[in-house]
Amino acid sequence: MSLPVRVLVAKPGLDGHDRGAKLVARTLRDAGFEVIYTGIRQRPEAIASVALQEDVQIVGLSILSGAHVALTQKTADALRAAGADDVRLVVGGTIPKRDVPRLEAAGAAAVYPTGTPLEELVESMRALSATEGGRSARG
Amino acid sequence: MGDTVRSESGIPLAASYGPEDVPGLQSIPRPGEFPFTRGNFPDGYRGRTWTIRQYSGFGTPEESNERYRYLLAQGGTGLSVALDLPTQCGYDSDHPDVEEEVGRVGVALDTLADAEILFDDIPLDAISTSFTINGTAAILLAFYVAVGEKQGVERSKLRGTIQNDILKEYVSRGTWIWPPRPSLRLIADTIEFCAQEVPRFNAISVAGAHFRDAGANAAQEMAFTLMDGITYCDEVMARGRMTIDEFAPQVSFFFYTHGDFFEEIAKYRAGRRRWAHIVRERYGAKDDRSCMFRVGCVAGGASLYAPQAQNNIVRVAYEALASVLGGVQSMFTAAWDEPFALPSEDSATLALRTQQVLAYETGVARVADPLGGSYYVEALTDEMEARVAEIMDDLERRGGMVKAVEEGHLQRLISEEAFRVQQAIASGERAIVGVNQFETDEDPPEVEGYEMDEKGRIRQLERLAEVKRSRSAADVGATLAALGKAAAQDDVNLMPLLVDCAKAYCTVGEMVDVLKDEWGEFQQPAVF
Repeated sequence: MSLPVRVLVAKPGLDGHDRGAKLVARTLRDAGFEVIYTGIRQRPEAIASVALQEDVQIVGLSILSGAHVALTQKTADALRAAGADDVRLVVGGTIPKRDVPRLEAAGAAAVYPTGTPLEELVESMRALSATEGGRSARG
Repeated sequence: MGDTVRSESGIPLAASYGPEDVPGLQSIPRPGEFPFTRGNFPDGYRGRTWTIRQYSGFGTPEESNERYRYLLAQGGTGLSVALDLPTQCGYDSDHPDVEEEVGRVGVALDTLADAEILFDDIPLDAISTSFTINGTAAILLAFYVAVGEKQGVERSKLRGTIQNDILKEYVSRGTWIWPPRPSLRLIADTIEFCAQEVPRFNAISVAGAHFRDAGANAAQEMAFTLMDGITYCDEVMARGRMTIDEFAPQVSFFFYTHGDFFEEIAKYRAGRRRWAHIVRERYGAKDDRSCMFRVGCVAGGASLYAPQAQNNIVRVAYEALASVLGGVQSMFTAAWDEPFALPSEDSATLALRTQQVLAYETGVARVADPLGGSYYVEALTDEMEARVAEIMDDLERRGGMVKAVEEGHLQRLISEEAFRVQQAIASGERAIVGVNQFETDEDPPEVEGYEMDEKGRIRQLERLAEVKRSRSAADVGATLAALGKAAAQDDVNLMPLLVDCAKAYCTVGEMVDVLKDEWGEFQQPAVF
């Protein structure tokens, strides 16, 4: 039996709409992930520091305010600065199609725009945690 | 749930209804009569149709001003101002943590100078303005009063609404600043100030909409909202300076209308009746107008879906119809492309036309409460009211709303319901066309959306810097110091001091920080 995958669900920036974040957190927990939820209005540096402390393999950002590109970039930078480059970053929320490549360029390993079926999201995150770059060998 | 057919909020439904299901059918008071189940006015919408009020605002004050003038020229009858998140959370545009949010989901207002531009050439004595603002509502009210003064409009002629409902922010919308207790005090200050100085302005719009969008069902939405209304009224009444009749007419409410057609109609009718009884029985109102439940609503929100997104046009139209049959006083219809981005001008105009067709072509507004006396609608109204009362009683027994919020109890109830609905959609128990029924394989549409213009942000920062250079540092220091001093005392109304700060061109962030020094910040319980 492998250890459960640890995920941090996080809300960066000032956007307070967290129905999606909580649904995803709960769905992942029911699917066997270990889930930590930050609450809303978190600074990217704070998210990186929790990710490190909690030793998570994946950080999932939920952003509905339109500021997803800048906030993803800032969180990716903060993770790198904290020495957590091996943590995979994924992003969901109100995201127009044209922004998906921009988010990937900013460091997102996967993007889940509004309307992504939850089972698809769970499968995608399972696959991510199994690939190199995930923290497979934590102590 | 077996084979029982239920409404979205779980009310079991018979196959048909008859007179035996509606005790007192013959004696239901007419529209305009207490307890206003059938509407606030004897002539329904004949005297005044509902206010068509489209939520709008983005970028800089200049851009928003242009959009408002366009909407008014298209026949809009009121403005609804969307503020950006830094303004809502009390940060200035030049705060280092918020640069990517400036002007994004609404307009950035840092000082009175921005508010002057926002309302340039818009006569404040001729229109009404609704502000979706909560944490910083008192500050925005101060700006509005000050702009009115500059335009030469007396306070008594200003019409509009500030949302000013902080309790639901802690639970579901998230633009809190200070902890609940001092926030309630500031809200009571605005209610007093409006009653005395700005009598045609609604000091608060108690909003269930955000509970709903976060996952609450229709009965919970109404119950939580009425409980919040009680909490605010209790706060004002506890001061002993005003009677309920002096301020209740300036308390309004705000909801989402979602897809279960008859349940939504019943929700509004039940809410009107429950509130009327609360105001009369709990607070001893003598004037029936105090007991009226004034309601604005949004059609759209979480009832809209991304797949086959143009279906949202149809959903919004039905929701708008339910809202009117439910007797709302104002309405915002959402645009079909909102699951993807801020609406384009085309989709926003179509949403506006949806209401105009309803108001001027369909004839549904010709007669007050056309569904009154329907066995089904009356029985559903009774059942909805009973469920609302039950949820409210439970919250009262647990020690009231502030406690429920601080403990995360309300947050948990809402997440539970959101999860239940998600599962019902996943299993197909709740049908959503294009999502779990009649699906098609199609790419999401290319939406125009709104791309924040970096130049706009820079102009905003330059104006803020210019205001800071040109204002009187002595006035800023003096008005902020007076505000801080008054905040430390419980019995001083802060509104006149905030108006002084606004007129001295203090920034939103400066005023917020002075109050943070006195009151601290809210600590959220992160439950899911």
